[in-house]
Amino acid sequence: MNLLTIIGEALRALRQNRLRTGLTMLGMIIGVAAVVLMLSIGQGARTKINETIAAMGSNLFLVVPGATSSGGFSFGSGSVRTLTINDAYAVAELSSISATAPVTTGTVQLNYAAKNWSTIITGTTPNYFAVGNWKIESGTIFTESDLRSAARVVVLGSVTAKNLFGDEDPVGKTIRITNRPFLVVGVLMAKGQSLTGRDQDDNVLIPITTSERQITGNQFPGSIRYMMVQGKSAGDMDIAEIEITQLLRQRHRIAKGKENDFTVRNLTAIADVATDAAKVMSIVLGAIASVSLLVGGIGIMNIMLVSVTERTREIGIRMAIGANRRAILTQFLLEAMMICIMGGVIGLLVGIGGAWVVSRVADMLIVITVGMVGLAFLFSSAVGIFFGFYPAKKAASLKPVDALRYE
Amino acid sequence: MASIQAAHTANPLIQIEDLCKSYSLQGADGKTITNQVLFSINLTINQGEFVAIMGHSGSGKSTLMNILGCLDTPTSGSYWLAGKNVAALSGDELAHIRNQSIGFVFQGFNLLKRMTALDNVATPLLYAGIGRSQSRKRALELLRRTGLESFAMHQPNQLSGGQQQRVAISRALINEPPLILADEPTGNLDTQTSREIMLLFEQLNRDQGITIVLVTHEDDIAAYAKRLIRLKDGHIILDQHNKASETILDQAAAGNSPMTQ
Ligand SMILES: Nc1ncnc2c1ncn2[C@@H]1O[C@H](COP(=O)(O)OP(=O)(O)O)[C@@H](O)[C@H]1O
Ligand SMILES: [Mg+2]
Repeated sequence: MNLLTIIGEALRALRQNRLRTGLTMLGMIIGVAAVVLMLSIGQGARTKINETIAAMGSNLFLVVPGATSSGGFSFGSGSVRTLTINDAYAVAELSSISATAPVTTGTVQLNYAAKNWSTIITGTTPNYFAVGNWKIESGTIFTESDLRSAARVVVLGSVTAKNLFGDEDPVGKTIRITNRPFLVVGVLMAKGQSLTGRDQDDNVLIPITTSERQITGNQFPGSIRYMMVQGKSAGDMDIAEIEITQLLRQRHRIAKGKENDFTVRNLTAIADVATDAAKVMSIVLGAIASVSLLVGGIGIMNIMLVSVTERTREIGIRMAIGANRRAILTQFLLEAMMICIMGGVIGLLVGIGGAWVVSRVADMLIVITVGMVGLAFLFSSAVGIFFGFYPAKKAASLKPVDALRYE
Repeated sequence: MASIQAAHTANPLIQIEDLCKSYSLQGADGKTITNQVLFSINLTINQGEFVAIMGHSGSGKSTLMNILGCLDTPTSGSYWLAGKNVAALSGDELAHIRNQSIGFVFQGFNLLKRMTALDNVATPLLYAGIGRSQSRKRALELLRRTGLESFAMHQPNQLSGGQQQRVAISRALINEPPLILADEPTGNLDTQTSREIMLLFEQLNRDQGITIVLVTHEDDIAAYAKRLIRLKDGHIILDQHNKASETILDQAAAGNSPMTQ
């Protein structure tokens, strides 16, 4: 009996037992689809968080005014003004620090032509862009000389630019910020959401000097909302934190034993927490997928085992009319493999389709890797082939008379 | 008569010497009990013979038939089939013999479910390495000869018992084996259908010289055979020329042909 005939025989057996074939394939489909869907969601979440963290900039501290809530009383960060621009410049001189960017913020009304847009304004120094890992889409950032002269120049976030200008190129145009004209010098590349889910691209940035004098005004001259601090190396973050704290305590003349009037937050550590959370989520989704895979596997197993009696007799009959061991094993192995491959491919398509739907409906990033597809395929195939083939192997090793008599 | 001539060619097809068969069973007390079913069977069947094996239920008829059909192996003794020592053959060689030299007909038909009569009949040809379309052509030809042409596309559960047995006989015949072994082929059939099946066997034996060994416990079925062997508790207690067959054949000559049913 040649291979082609055996393939035909296997295909025919599958067609003849549509219900069994269908149910077995269903097991494969559920298993593979669940794994692909779950793992792709988990992988997507991790990828997304990693991208966000990478976009955030590396070795970052955020220094905000006010103590780390203590003694039952916490300063709202908006009400205390203990940090100044000069604090930021002083911190930048520390040996473990590469750069700092002081930041003031406020909400402003923007106008261009007939369009209005209300957004957050950030007053800062040119260092801000490098520290925060902001990239320029078009134009340039503002300069040190703009800072010194408190120039009316502005860099737009991508969402803000889109809202005010549509498809028009904003660079070189003049917009009004609380009715004062500002020259647009650059547009930032989009970053998407922050770890906390805030849209980081709806903002405008101007020199901190301009902001203080002309836009937000300032009851406490020189005070800032927060500062971004970039450490020189990832390994020295602890030392950097101590140096920042010591310097600011000294500058703020805080007596020994008194608590800080500022808080240093290590954003990298926060990012690590987020990464860990994503990892946990992947693991949980992976566990759910494993359960589905197992359920699918048990389904396959049941169907295959239930059909053993019938198939053992069938094997007995085939042997009685002249099938040798190899012909029988080849046929059953092919049957099992065909079910697995067809079920696996359908499961894969269902899984990818499901992932696509989830990515659309839930607006989530979905990442499908060859590894997870391979894993699901391999496991289901192993189950399918084992339980499809093992009874055949057992039956084929029986004497024909015993296979024929099998109950 | 042609049938007598066939029996006289005296060419041993089956030769069995001192053949024993016993089964080991686990007793209630956990000890292994050996249950001997066949005791020192000596039997020679020549080419062209038509033999009926009779005996009470449990006398070892099926056990003997399964050994003759290379579906089972004896515990001791030798079995020569067409000059070959069966004990010395490999699994593949036995499969080849079952495929080419033996057509086995079972009491329960043993057709492959959910497969058409045509494909059931054609399957042994596939194992013989013959392509599907040619196999089907030959299978259809056989079904025509057994009067089942119009049932070719029916599945076993759409056929009557007699029709299923005729499909099974067609399947047994498709590789034109020299030997047909039939274990109570009419056991599940009514009298009229049994008669038709027996006339079919008789005709195969007479016209094609096919050796037929048939198990039955009914006298009027055994009457078609020309030689009668009686088993009792695993021993051959009778082995003789069957006079009854001549009467039956005279009746058949009156014009009952199973092929036209
Ligand atoms: N697989 C087996 N295991 C154990 N005993 C068996 C087996 N097959 C048959 N026997 C025993 O062998 C004896 C003969 O059985 P069998 O050849 O089927 O008889 P018959 O066909 O003449 O009715 C019975 O007593 C039966 O119980
Ligand atoms: Mg029996």
